[in-house]
Amino acid sequence: MNYLPNILFTIILIVGVGYFTKNVKKLIRNIKLGQDVDISDNKPQRWKNMAMIALGQSKMIRRPIAGFLHVVVYIGFIIINIEVLEIIIDGIFGTHRIGLKVIPKSVYGFLIGAFEVLAVLVFVSVILFWTRRNIIKLKRFWKSEMTSWPKNDGNFILYFEMVLMTLFLVMNATDLDFQAMNSGNVISQFIEPLFSNVSESTLHFIERGAWWLHIIGILVFLNYLYFSKHLHILLAFPNTYFGKLTPQGQFNNVEAVTKEVKMMMDPNIDPFAAPAEGTEGQIPAKFGASDVQDLSWVSLLNAYTCTECGRCTSECPANQTGKKLSPRKIMMDTRDRLEEVGKNIDTNKGEFKDDGKQLLDNYITREELWACTSCNACVEACPVSIDPLSIILEMRRYLVMEQSAAPVELNNMMSNIENNGAPWPYNQMDRLNWKNE
Amino acid sequence: MSELLKVPTMAEFMAQGKQPEVLFWVGCSGSFDDRAKKITKAFVKLLNKANVEFAVLGTEESCTGDPAKRAGNEFLFQMQAVTNIEVLNAYEVKKIVTACPHCFNTIKNEYPELGGNYEVMHHTQFLKTLLDEGRLTIEGGKYKGKRITFHDPCYLGRANNVYEAPRELIQKLEAELVEMKNCKRNGLCCGAGGAQMFKDAEKGDKEVNIERTEQALDIKPEIIAAGCPFCNTMMTDGIKAKEKERDVAVMDIAELIANAQDL
Repeated sequence: MNYLPNILFTIILIVGVGYFTKNVKKLIRNIKLGQDVDISDNKPQRWKNMAMIALGQSKMIRRPIAGFLHVVVYIGFIIINIEVLEIIIDGIFGTHRIGLKVIPKSVYGFLIGAFEVLAVLVFVSVILFWTRRNIIKLKRFWKSEMTSWPKNDGNFILYFEMVLMTLFLVMNATDLDFQAMNSGNVISQFIEPLFSNVSESTLHFIERGAWWLHIIGILVFLNYLYFSKHLHILLAFPNTYFGKLTPQGQFNNVEAVTKEVKMMMDPNIDPFAAPAEGTEGQIPAKFGASDVQDLSWVSLLNAYTCTECGRCTSECPANQTGKKLSPRKIMMDTRDRLEEVGKNIDTNKGEFKDDGKQLLDNYITREELWACTSCNACVEACPVSIDPLSIILEMRRYLVMEQSAAPVELNNMMSNIENNGAPWPYNQMDRLNWKNE
Repeated sequence: MSELLKVPTMAEFMAQGKQPEVLFWVGCSGSFDDRAKKITKAFVKLLNKANVEFAVLGTEESCTGDPAKRAGNEFLFQMQAVTNIEVLNAYEVKKIVTACPHCFNTIKNEYPELGGNYEVMHHTQFLKTLLDEGRLTIEGGKYKGKRITFHDPCYLGRANNVYEAPRELIQKLEAELVEMKNCKRNGLCCGAGGAQMFKDAEKGDKEVNIERTEQALDIKPEIIAAGCPFCNTMMTDGIKAKEKERDVAVMDIAELIANAQDL
């Protein structure tokens, strides 16, 4: 027996899965560069959110057309991948359609038949997705941040899926034994006649070719994920689990500030006393965020999860009225900078060397940050619980608390609050005057 | 009419050794902004009519810190919050009602972590409760059959999932409630939130309040109902910019109910 294909297959599989694993480790390392926040609360609600939002696609279908097409591709993707299990077993052990030996022929036929139907549905949906992007040119796919790589990435994914679905159907159509079985070839029986003039050996060659390209294509696609916006197919699950549970209007409390404020308000505390032992590390190096490491790890997970669909941006009041702010760009910039920081760490033997750049100004401009109305439309629109607003807020905190760099009108507003307890210059003693006016 | 307004303060209640049923948190807008003061008075008239024992903090009230927090000034926010919480806790306040969704959101969601735990209601929720308890009656009066649309304040709607109370009140006026293209959880911001109220907008091709006003005008309402003093300002400005002030009025829900009864 010739073991060469088995060995070759196993090597390809190990390399494919191995390289992916290596990148996943890098991804986790990068996410952990963020600030630590404890999200161990309310597990039942978190599992429920993951089941409803990620698994159940509940927010996807709020936009019915895109939602429906997405559900088709999503279900197709998950179910057709059962077939990959058989391909891997066949590849390693040199068997052919091992499923036929394990489960009854009728069940096998039903499964493959279902895969074939789904493959066609996925193919059609992907064509429609491509049309929406490239022919109809839906506005949200043509915003200023959607040029070069982000634009191509979106199309590459669609081409990948078209090719993979085609290979799957061709593989079945050119498998003589499978066609002879005449069970489960619901779609491929119509493709088979295309190869009627082809000799049996060529047919076998095409079948093997399609089989190999299919599995290699899947492994390439798997490894493509790390470099692509398509990571959402995996990260949507943890991302919806770790998503915000408190009311959208509730902005997080900065503990470090609370300590200082309490100290200021407490007359019994000696402001000149040396800090108690072990408390030095509790005061953060800076308030707010100017770079990715200052953001919480959840924000960084958010950035990797974003698939750049642009629903957030299309709902953003600032973006709708022509301002530079785009919540999607906030997420894309965060990921790009995080990747840059990660590569910096890789080349400098595990340590980040200052590269003179940061998320603020080099990626996200102040003009974008100050255009936000904090209306939460972007948060509401995201189908996978991404929160661009928390990044905007952290960066505003840095600008105000570290740099005193708020727009001058906001500085006026804040000094009014400080001096007379209202954002306008009115005397606090006049607060009840309305009663007698 | 104004001399008839009964507006007791917490200090007065305390001097008599009494606790009011609810504290009315007026807010900076409601205290100082000429347009918003009318909303404050309309709400007080309704409270008086329903014989609600309420009190205000008066000169002891200070900004909740909302605009400071949204602008990124956590220090100033917490200073304001801690000071207000000290006052509120000293008066043993349990229940707060406010006509400003920003105050509502901040006190309800962001004060608990700093030691301020209260039951907080938006005035539309509170009026709805008064109605349900039979303490307040609502009649359509001059608003009967009028086309009214409700502009969801972001900090009431999306931020806190309050969509129905204001709408139920409008329907009680026997008015025709019409919805804009973007409403409820998809509501479009008026442009004032996140401290934008206090600064000029960044460069763009339109003001947010104009965009929202156009959405409202698309459905030809006679009245745009608001539930937030800042939204009220933004929508009023939008209507002026569109020169529609003679056709469309921007009114708070408390004003609609009070006016309908000629209070």
